[in-house]
Amino acid sequence: MSVRYKFIFIIALLFICTYSRANNTDSTNSTGEIAHQNSGEAIQEEEFNAGKMIIEHILDAHEWHIMTVGEKSISIYLPVILYDNGKLHLFSSSKFHHGNSSYNGFKIEKEGKNKGKVVKVIEGTLETDTTAPLPLDLSITKLTFSLFFSVILLIIIFTYIARRYKKNPNSAPKGLQSMLEFLIIFIRDDVAKASIGKHYEKYTPYLLSLFFFIFFNNLLGLIPFFPGGANLTGNIAVTMVLALFTFFITQILGKKNYWMHIFNTQGVPWYMKIPIPIMPIIELIGLITKPFVLMVRLFANITAGHIIVLGFVSLILILGKINMGLGYGISVISVPLSIFMSFIELLVAFIQAYVFTLLTAFYFSAAVEEAHH
Amino acid sequence: MSTLLNVLLEVATDFKPFATAAAALAPSFAVIGAAYGIGIIGKGAVESIARQPEAAGDIRASMIVTAAFIEGVTFFAIVVSLLILFL
Repeated sequence: MSVRYKFIFIIALLFICTYSRANNTDSTNSTGEIAHQNSGEAIQEEEFNAGKMIIEHILDAHEWHIMTVGEKSISIYLPVILYDNGKLHLFSSSKFHHGNSSYNGFKIEKEGKNKGKVVKVIEGTLETDTTAPLPLDLSITKLTFSLFFSVILLIIIFTYIARRYKKNPNSAPKGLQSMLEFLIIFIRDDVAKASIGKHYEKYTPYLLSLFFFIFFNNLLGLIPFFPGGANLTGNIAVTMVLALFTFFITQILGKKNYWMHIFNTQGVPWYMKIPIPIMPIIELIGLITKPFVLMVRLFANITAGHIIVLGFVSLILILGKINMGLGYGISVISVPLSIFMSFIELLVAFIQAYVFTLLTAFYFSAAVEEAHH
Repeated sequence: MSTLLNVLLEVATDFKPFATAAAALAPSFAVIGAAYGIGIIGKGAVESIARQPEAAGDIRASMIVTAAFIEGVTFFAIVVSLLILFL
């Protein structure tokens, strides 16, 4: 950009800041304050708390908040399913009124170690019943709904493509088929065949499902409106389940050669194994940490990406509360930066799915490899 | 002298602000290591592509995968900081 444009840009920014300082009316409190809500009252006016907003977008919730128009918030209220003392309770989460009231003896806990979970209340009041155990929460929450949605989407897309392949096996692929064929061939050849080698066809169904599940959920998490926008792969429970699948399948597939590598590693001197089995312990720890690293890598990458984009947006809102002109000024920088970060997030979505699948293929290949002398 | 002791007493009773400060500073060290490592990968990859341009596709794929591994390790540091801050 030439010097003249930069000059004009800076002058315009300063002009906007000084001009709107004169019209400033609403910067009485500092923006970082947490608004204290009494549990019975309706929310009147809440200061913008960036940390709270970001955490709310990352975590699970019982309703799917779409937007807040003025005082009302438009959300999709998902069903709450609780199993407590042999009785099954099923009601809409709108009865909780965003955590302000209790219903049927349950409420959403606001502070302490059970924050965010459904707890039992003492009859008639809003106090938590600390002696009672927590009910078994089987609700359809935001993440569960997003999981069902993405799984149904995957099933529809892939059964459609499978039928197209079966019906015309010798013609060139068109449309959706050709878009996904690139990824399918990529995973089959460069990940499965290259890592596992001879009998790779047995493992391609799992590897392909894993790759497309993670990829689709990463992408859906980036879409800001309704069916997307839930942070599914950024939830450590979900990635833990995926890593556990990989762990169990690897152990079940393990051949004798694999276990020999762990307990009786070749090429290691005998004193590392006999009095104190140092080498087997190290190998066993490695056995556990490899899926653990898979879990943390996917979780942290996706969650960090969401936090960064949300952070840029809340930068605009925070500075806007101090001074309207600062808000407009910083949005000129913040919006392009968040678009740029979103592009990087697209790349990260693909790369993390690919790395997860690649490492799973490596672990499978280590489990089924024959001894070579 | 007594005010100094009072200040020390106040500081020594609650270490949570220090924990928060440490949790805020910790990822920076991890990021230094990660940036250095990924820089070395980039250097190696770019030099290899310069030596043999027809292997550029393979080299690029390996570079991206290795960078993803290093970032995964970096995120451990961030997760530990988050644990300190929120647990």
